[in-house]
Amino acid sequence: MNSQQIEQVITRLGQEIAARATAAGAAGDLAIVGIRRGGVHLAARLRADLARRLGREAPQGTLDIALYRDDLAAHGAVPVVGPTDIRFPVEGKTVLLVDDVLYTGRTVRAALDELVDFGRPRRVWLAVLIDRGGHELPIAADFAGATLAVPEGQDVQVKLREDGAAEDAVVVTTRRLR
Amino acid sequence: MIGRQRHCIALEDFNREELLQVLDLAVSMKEVLLRPIKKVPSLRGKSVVNLFFEASTRTRSSFEIAAKVLSADALNWTSATSSVTKGETLVDTARNLEAMRPDVLVIRHSAGGAPGLVARHVGCAVVSAGDGAHEHPSQGLLDCFTIREKLGSLEGKTLAIVGDISHSRVARSDLHAFPKLGTRVRLCGPPTMMPAGVEELGCTVTHDLRTAVEGADAVVMLRIQHERIGDPLIPNTREYSRLWGLNAKKAREWLKPSALILHPGPINRGVELSPDVADGPHSVILDQVQNGVAVRMAILYLLAGGDPAEAKA
Repeated sequence: MNSQQIEQVITRLGQEIAARATAAGAAGDLAIVGIRRGGVHLAARLRADLARRLGREAPQGTLDIALYRDDLAAHGAVPVVGPTDIRFPVEGKTVLLVDDVLYTGRTVRAALDELVDFGRPRRVWLAVLIDRGGHELPIAADFAGATLAVPEGQDVQVKLREDGAAEDAVVVTTRRLR
Repeated sequence: MIGRQRHCIALEDFNREELLQVLDLAVSMKEVLLRPIKKVPSLRGKSVVNLFFEASTRTRSSFEIAAKVLSADALNWTSATSSVTKGETLVDTARNLEAMRPDVLVIRHSAGGAPGLVARHVGCAVVSAGDGAHEHPSQGLLDCFTIREKLGSLEGKTLAIVGDISHSRVARSDLHAFPKLGTRVRLCGPPTMMPAGVEELGCTVTHDLRTAVEGADAVVMLRIQHERIGDPLIPNTREYSRLWGLNAKKAREWLKPSALILHPGPINRGVELSPDVADGPHSVILDQVQNGVAVRMAILYLLAGGDPAEAKA
């Protein structure tokens, strides 16, 4: 997927989310939360798009799920913990969780657990750029930019300019086995 | 693991990267402490045993809260109610506790080297919560964390440590940490409380309080460790207070307006610190206590996690 296609996908996601939020009466209490690290810049882009459509800047936050993982003991080296930053009351909000790739669903499970430790949201939606299949938990995206069937053993990487990539791109690579 | 460290016994063994690993993680841990629900599930199913052979309120509660915020089970065990009073040796006590399969043993002992000795005899991670006049690594780390948080950086700063340097494990841990992070250290205290040759650890020594604190970015004030002193090393506490204690007048005239005052506690009010300084604008003593929980969370998280060598085997 190239930079132009990614832009189109984000625009379409913005359209869908705005329509759904308006229909649900949630346009006024929408909050956008990116899951570190892949979801953070996507969340910012979606937020800018939604601000144009809804005429209102939604509060934005970041979740780092390292402390909520279910595989600490099995993981060997402990995962690097980054900052979580939620500076608005979650209570009663419609929270749009944003991540770049939906795979097993375990990251989203951890993010949901962490999110509810900040309060009780009215509802939570999940938006991802790529749903690659292979879900291991009953978790699905409410908004998916693209659905790909990527076999196990391959990685889907979303590279964005904000992370220092020369150009936005989604690439599928075969994981090297050690 | 903290870098190469399986245990946290002495900051003398830590390099700069290992110190920074704990300090950086503690920033995220502090964020958890400020949430409405102060609990994360990361150490669920792990257990931490606090083994305290010496009196402590702050450090023991701090380790206990740190374990609980991370969802580990904490078991407190003090020597007064233990089989030590029936003649059991330290290593036997530790081995018996280890048979209950804790993931981390936190040990405070009045003898320097006790946590290191236990670490050689048990399989789990050992954290020193202070051993004799040797080291108090989590206190050294929380001092670094507090000053870095308040001043933004430790690089190029000057720290004065004032008081009973000889008997202070806090001074020793600070001395093994701050220079590795780019902070200059000045030591100050009565000549009878200054270890000979301490300059070799990369600090300067003075016996004059004004020389030590003037221009310093932070000052750690220490208590006289009466419990570790046999024969008196100073004529009396009033003279000590006059020469090495900090009161509002000295603080106003000698300290930079931005200077921080730290104290590992417990404070002997009116001896090393007058009450108006201990509770005054320079004081970050209560911040230290809160940051202590964050730093200890970081230590427990890193040491109770899986061992990378085992996982990849």
